[in-house]
Amino acid sequence: MSGHSSYVPSNGIMRWLDARLPLPRMVYDSFVAYPVPRNLNYAYTFGGILALFLAVQILTGVVLAMHYAASSALAFESVEKIMRDVNWGWLLRYMHANGASFFFIAVYLHIFRGLYYGSYKAPREVLWILGVVIFLLMMATAFMGYVLPWGQMSFWGATVITGFFTAFPLIGDPIQQLLLGGFSVDNATLNRFFSLHYLLPFMIAGVVILHVWALHVTGQTNPTGVEVKSSKDTVPFTPHATVKDGLAMVVFLAFFAYMIFYLPNYLGHPDNYIEANPLKTPAHIVPEWYFLPFYAMLRAITFNIGPIDSKLGGVLVMFGSIIVLFFLPWLDTSRVRSTAYRPMYKIFFWIFAADCVFLGWLGSRPAEGIYPALALIGTIYYFAHLLIVLPVLGLIETPKKLPNSITEAVLGKAAAKGGAGQPAGAAASPDTKG
Amino acid sequence: MKKMHLAIVATCLMVMPVGMASAQEQTMENGASIESNPDQAVEDAGVISAEEGHAETPHYPLKHPHEMDWSFAGPFGKWDLGQLQRGFKVYKEVCAACHSMNLVAFRNLEALGYSEEQVSAIAAEYTVTDGPDASGEMFDRPATGSDYFPAPYPNPEAAAASNNGAVPPDFSLIAKARAVERGFPTFVFDLFSQYQEAGPDYIHALLTGYGEEPPAHVTILDGTYYNPYFISGPALAMPQPIYDDQVDYPDGTPQTVDQYSRDVSAFLMWAAEPHLVERKATGFITMIFLIIFAVLMFLVKRRVWSGFAH
Repeated sequence: MSGHSSYVPSNGIMRWLDARLPLPRMVYDSFVAYPVPRNLNYAYTFGGILALFLAVQILTGVVLAMHYAASSALAFESVEKIMRDVNWGWLLRYMHANGASFFFIAVYLHIFRGLYYGSYKAPREVLWILGVVIFLLMMATAFMGYVLPWGQMSFWGATVITGFFTAFPLIGDPIQQLLLGGFSVDNATLNRFFSLHYLLPFMIAGVVILHVWALHVTGQTNPTGVEVKSSKDTVPFTPHATVKDGLAMVVFLAFFAYMIFYLPNYLGHPDNYIEANPLKTPAHIVPEWYFLPFYAMLRAITFNIGPIDSKLGGVLVMFGSIIVLFFLPWLDTSRVRSTAYRPMYKIFFWIFAADCVFLGWLGSRPAEGIYPALALIGTIYYFAHLLIVLPVLGLIETPKKLPNSITEAVLGKAAAKGGAGQPAGAAASPDTKG
Repeated sequence: MKKMHLAIVATCLMVMPVGMASAQEQTMENGASIESNPDQAVEDAGVISAEEGHAETPHYPLKHPHEMDWSFAGPFGKWDLGQLQRGFKVYKEVCAACHSMNLVAFRNLEALGYSEEQVSAIAAEYTVTDGPDASGEMFDRPATGSDYFPAPYPNPEAAAASNNGAVPPDFSLIAKARAVERGFPTFVFDLFSQYQEAGPDYIHALLTGYGEEPPAHVTILDGTYYNPYFISGPALAMPQPIYDDQVDYPDGTPQTVDQYSRDVSAFLMWAAEPHLVERKATGFITMIFLIIFAVLMFLVKRRVWSGFAH
């Protein structure tokens, strides 16, 4: 955050502390006086919701770990003991399991908000990259957590996913054996996954601190994409953003509670209530819903490309689908941030979003019939959007005229209640910081 | 912007449930010969599918379960204790001959409305092995409330040997471990109807699904029994387990396969999710709290932002 601090210690103790460790000053500057754009909408509340869910997951997880036994002979039964005999254990476990899903719902909405409003563009590249790092850590954490109950889908999901690494020549097999602690998913795997599942959330918390730090250096984007120009464009974080984020959190929690209490197994797979059995393969091995788009891309590559066989090809495509996100700030050539002022990109944005949902659906289908072909089309479009549409569109698109400031946009809307869409100017973007 | 937000939520809701897709479990209760010979299974089903006009690999079950009325369904669901006790009787007198229930202890039966003494009396009908005693010997004694239901077979190998190679699955979680895929758009509606009874519906359908003639081209292998409701094949290793009038209901409840099936399905749902009623009751209070909280937050938010164009 830029600018000088407006914190004034309110009493002697705080003055004493402020001179030695200005933690209250940092909190005050970051979460009370911190100026946020006045036009943030509810799409901007998912950051706070994600912080809340990280806390929920860590708190429920720490208590669950007190009752859980990370041993292939005991894990399944210990989870059921939690469900049956531990006081409120069923609530803790359902919160933790559904909490992972809601964490991903929130992070996907958060990511797509970033895509829509161009939150990754200069000067927020590092902020975006840290976000992708968090997303990767979340995926690793969720995957390892899903293995812990030691159900059929835990076991076979772990077998399939660690098998990806064998696709890499030479280094593949040693990496897989290191992950598994042996040649197949077994007790050693479960133990190290438990250890890592406990570790990674704290690494996420660390990167979240960097993410928030980077955010507070550059300030938030806003629905117009025009940078804050004067103090008239902003409101103090507290009470304005606090109360708005708070409302969004409570509403989100209401959806969360609805799932926990009324549909706790809706997002789960029934096979995971069968204890892991290395001798019986489930008819269909399906990952959790939040991995399905990536799973579809993995399976879309059914052919060899030169020296790259279909398995390695699928793995490269799947990892590539996330790696490419790191380069998004430089792939998007448009100087206009907000999609609201990019009429052509707006269409492509929604096609891209639909493509991701489409891939998710394909990931849940068996890899047979027309599905792999559809998955290939969806995968090609995914990469085409990021690697072709984004760079080209920025060069050829004529954006709408941007407002001169957030305040102008807000007051203009308040006055004219409707269309701010004036005809396009000739040149792209008068946005100063672009 | 609000519209966009809603659209994102909607699209996400569409993706969510696909995680529960393909509920076909592997073949624990399945005829050994059928699944150990997948080609055969595929071939059988290929014929069936062709008849139905599909051109793809088999989709089991051949028939989808009917949705039954369950007292424990919906946001205010409650156990019908009489039904649970009848279901327990069916389990004890019929299913328990082959199916273990390792995760349920006798003490848990108090939730079915039995007193502590009744639970002790039920437990005492069973013998468990305890020990070693002071001289290092294992010994048998009558079970007590803190013991778990003894399994009918000492190990899976013995269970398989007695059942034509198929291990009868444990029943502790069976009502949550079996669910026939709902398909689009039903799974979306399930979000609103709070449908979570796929397990008991499936068990009821399976138990009442015997006795039909298999379609002409479906070959049923020796030692397996045709049941179009079976989730992972055309036939399973378990013959029809229960018939009319097999279990005595002293309270005058009809002694039919349908009634037995309903009762034992409800009992198995309880065994799989003993805190179900507590969960839903807690949920109601939590939802009220969160809705009031949300309204208050909304009013505060409106007040804070009043006078600010944004």
